Amino acid sequence: MLSRTADHLFWMARYMERAENTARMLDVTMQARLLPQSHNQENRSLRAVLRISELEPAFLERGEPLTQESVLRFLVSDPRNPSSIYCFLQAARENARAVRGTLTTEAWETVNSTWLKFTQLLKDDLLAIDPGSLFEWVKYRSHLSRGVTTGTAYHDDAYFFTRLGTFLERADNTARILDVRFLDAEREPRDLSDSSAQLEDFYYWTSILSSVSALEIYRKVYRDVVTSDRVIDLLMLNRSMPRSLLAALDGVCDNLKKLRNDYSHDCEREAGKLRAELQYADIPQILEGGLHAYLTQFLARVYELGNRVSETFLLLPVA
Amino acid sequence: MVPMRSYNEMQRESGDVRAHYDRFCQWLSRQPGETMARKRAEADLVFRRVGITFAVDGDLSGTERLIPFDLIPRIIPPDEWQMLQNGLRQRVKALNMFLHDVYHQQNIIRAGVIPAEQIYTNAQYRPEMQGVDVPRDIYAHIAGIDMVRAGDDESGAFYVLEDNLRVPSGVSYMLENRKMTMRLFPELFVQNRIAPVAHYPDLLLESLRSAAPPGVDNPTVVVLTPGMYNSAYFEHAFLAQQMGVELVEGKDLFVDDNSVFMRTTHGPQRVDVIYRRLDDDFLDPLAFRNDSALGVPGLLSVYRAGRVVLANALGTGVADDKSIYPFVPDMIQFYLGEQPILNNVPTYQCRKPEDLSYVLAHLPELVVKEVHGAGGYGMLVGPASTKAEIESFRARLIARPHGYIAQPTLALSSCPTFVESGIAPRHIDLRPFVLSGKNVSMVAGGLTRVALREGSLVVNSSQGGGTKDTWVIEK
Repeated sequence: MLSRTADHLFWMARYMERAENTARMLDVTMQARLLPQSHNQENRSLRAVLRISELEPAFLERGEPLTQESVLRFLVSDPRNPSSIYCFLQAARENARAVRGTLTTEAWETVNSTWLKFTQLLKDDLLAIDPGSLFEWVKYRSHLSRGVTTGTAYHDDAYFFTRLGTFLERADNTARILDVRFLDAEREPRDLSDSSAQLEDFYYWTSILSSVSALEIYRKVYRDVVTSDRVIDLLMLNRSMPRSLLAALDGVCDNLKKLRNDYSHDCEREAGKLRAELQYADIPQILEGGLHAYLTQFLARVYELGNRVSETFLLLPVA
Repeated sequence: MVPMRSYNEMQRESGDVRAHYDRFCQWLSRQPGETMARKRAEADLVFRRVGITFAVDGDLSGTERLIPFDLIPRIIPPDEWQMLQNGLRQRVKALNMFLHDVYHQQNIIRAGVIPAEQIYTNAQYRPEMQGVDVPRDIYAHIAGIDMVRAGDDESGAFYVLEDNLRVPSGVSYMLENRKMTMRLFPELFVQNRIAPVAHYPDLLLESLRSAAPPGVDNPTVVVLTPGMYNSAYFEHAFLAQQMGVELVEGKDLFVDDNSVFMRTTHGPQRVDVIYRRLDDDFLDPLAFRNDSALGVPGLLSVYRAGRVVLANALGTGVADDKSIYPFVPDMIQFYLGEQPILNNVPTYQCRKPEDLSYVLAHLPELVVKEVHGAGGYGMLVGPASTKAEIESFRARLIARPHGYIAQPTLALSSCPTFVESGIAPRHIDLRPFVLSGKNVSMVAGGLTRVALREGSLVVNSSQGGGTKDTWVIEK
């Protein structure tokens, strides 16, 4: 298939996944605020949200006060912030439009109407009236676009590039969420002999699980209290957990294999190495070297892998 | 302006419904107003969701507009279509023969039928095509012939208004309008025998494949688009998808080893036929406009060597120019030895002093068009213009008479159309699409455009025109 077409499909999927993950993260942050919190904690959680997407400096530059409203506006509806859900959905739609002939009619209509309807929901001020339902809606539309694609698209290279984009983005996003949340927890260690701190700790970790639809799965897998080690284990190394790092890397490797061409050997090898490391990692070892350090190098390698995909498939040398 | 009496497609002046509209009118009279209003809203919604829009040219923010779709179809009876189809075949055949002749022996000039300067002074004439052979001698693989019906209540006759032989557009609206009517009113298709149009992309692909360079058995066809900000981008994507071929931009193609390749995820792939939706000037920055980022450097030399086919060919504009238009009936006689089946509109060529003085004396009655204009821009519709507009146009005309032609203002036929106040007649035209490959083929009908403003004769979508589904009734 045309390299440019592959590029658009890859990015369409990435932007849609990014919009979903941003909605997930904000949804959880909003829910956490329904619990009693100190002003200090509130501020901290808002900053954490901005840090996940490396947007704290960009936000502070605007000189707006750090409030829930201003952060939500910045991350959801601000056309000037290229990392807002607004811009992600627009970019997903623009990429889809560039290759609308390659998408199935249903897939194109889903992405197109998601964008049109989203702008309408913003006009109706749903972000102020009921942000939770707006996030639900974004998540739902992302599920829908994946489902429609899987259910209607011919399983050829176009489909594999779309899937590749989804999984690569998901690996990135889950790693970011883990990184920021754990750094946050390390910075403010709780004294777990205190029962209110224990309770707080419980809500903290369960909210992270919810943000990646993993709370029910956690209960099913561990049938035990929520601890940070197990959260890491589930979200990083459990390949049956669809948003875990290992599951995402499985998806990346499977699709790369289907896309194999004369130039893709190195790309596949890098992805395979990254997957193998996760596959044979254990949590105590990761924690020994520091989770933050581990995730930092993981994110750098996912980024590098994305570049390699571009070089391998999307910018082929002339003749 | 005084409303002109014009041929009404549905009704006679007496109020009697014409026979081919009979069934439809009975059906329409049974439809409650609310139903039709709901259907109109549904059509709007679907067009927007599907993204059947056209980008406003030059607007990089990607503003998209819907072309208004009218629910009342334009219906053509079988015998009329038969005549149109014969006439269209004849005309397009002659135009292709003319193009071949212009770029080879130029017999038509030698015979004195068309003055040489009409060709050499034409900006659309491409000297680089002189002596270049194209497969099957076909230049205009896709032709959009603009037809109007004028004349009185009884004998409304069809006229060719314009031949579009460069990159005629609009066929996707013809197809989507049909899909929409079938979706909204399936019962109508049970009651009426309406010729189908959905196989157009198959005919198109067949024509393009049959135009491949000699010796290529299984040609790779692509659609070349200027990109998603072009006003007709939807159509480019639509046709590529319907034909199952790649939609490429200039940057996806490159020239190597005297061949054209596209960049794919599995390396370079050779391209044989390019259905280009890009004007001549933008095709090859090395040969034409060097500021064009849309084209493919080196394309022209591969093309001239016969190793890739462009559809339409380079330089077809020399045959669809308004200054050549008056000669098309002569071409038909010259090349085919036949009487033209379709009428031309009587045309005054302002480059001729006697024609110019007539035109200047009759400006308020005439339509004056720029020879190289398109899209309804730069024209004067005398009866619809103010004195001041006419006078300012007169000055332009005197300054540059060879740049204009003039025609009597035709009372374009009208068709009942939904407007704010209910249903009222609005002027329409018709653009059938004629394909030339191994055979000359077309689907029955074409794109009907409608001028939505009362009394307006300008149907172009850039000027507020809408479209209608076009039905050819089968015998």
